[in-house]
Amino acid sequence: MIKREKRRYLALEVASEQPVDERAVLDAVQASVSRLFGEYGASKTNLKLITYIPEKHQVVICCSHTMLEKVRAAIASIMEVNGETAAMHVVGVSGTLKALSKKT
Amino acid sequence: MKRFTDLHLRVPFEDQTKAESMIRKASELGYNLVGIPYSPQASREQISQLEQICNDAKVDFATRVNFSPRNPNELLNSLRRFRRKFEIVAVRCHTKDVARQAAKDRRVDLLQFSVTNLRQRFFDQAEAELASQAFSSLEIELAPILQLTSFSRIRLLSRLRREVETAERFRVPITLSSGATDEQFMRGPRDYAALTTLFDLPMSSALRSLSENPWVTVARNREKLSSDYVAPGIRVVGRRTDD
Repeated sequence: MIKREKRRYLALEVASEQPVDERAVLDAVQASVSRLFGEYGASKTNLKLITYIPEKHQVVICCSHTMLEKVRAAIASIMEVNGETAAMHVVGVSGTLKALSKKT
Repeated sequence: MKRFTDLHLRVPFEDQTKAESMIRKASELGYNLVGIPYSPQASREQISQLEQICNDAKVDFATRVNFSPRNPNELLNSLRRFRRKFEIVAVRCHTKDVARQAAKDRRVDLLQFSVTNLRQRFFDQAEAELASQAFSSLEIELAPILQLTSFSRIRLLSRLRREVETAERFRVPITLSSGATDEQFMRGPRDYAALTTLFDLPMSSALRSLSENPWVTVARNREKLSSDYVAPGIRVVGRRTDD
């Protein structure tokens, strides 16, 4: 039997002067992963956009749990989103969305 | 729970608002202690102003001085004059002579090397051996990894990978710091630790380099700078007052 892949949910906070949409955030993360780890590495991350929480200015994404540290490194190295200067901070990581919402 | 430190937060003295926002950001990101570099001629008022901001932001504060000597004699003179005024002494080594002198001098806490000119990174086996005997740490700043792009970043990561391997082999403590001059380059300790996987520093070592290693240095120096310190392992526990 094939084992189900474990996921990690990450809540991201974007520090930017201009408001950014969630799609641009995911694109920036994907571009950063590709830049640092190449297309092969990016294919192993299984990045997905889960939700955007406007009241907290947070974006929730998920990735493969084996690639968590690499995804975090890629997120930390992001310096711009959608052409605007920005920094991204991981405010919480969890294995379930329920636990993540309690953390953030 | 780990107590994280950023021993190199380059706040601008001339811009009080920016300094305040950077210190608050460090506190929000989860740092318990920040090291702020001063010029050796910094006035007592400048230091106490930043100390007050750090108190308000509920973050501990360590005074730091960065020396960039041109030769070993200049380094020795600076150490003699300023060592007892600062809690952290870092030396940026531009020449091999300075690097060797800094590595073997117990008054030096952190060894720094250029991030742009890789020919000036002298952290090899001989340097590591000297540093391990003198308890100096190798400081790796992480903001340049964010600033540099393409080949310059690739070359820096490659060099850091080699240096980290050498440091681990010779048990030289590694201290990770941001070196941030702006909020844009500031990241949380766990994000910085994740960034170090780019040069193969294991996660556990990275977290230690952001918490235990710098704390040990600061605690050791605070003890030495206290008026009760006599010698390693000997301190004044009480003073007799004659009435």
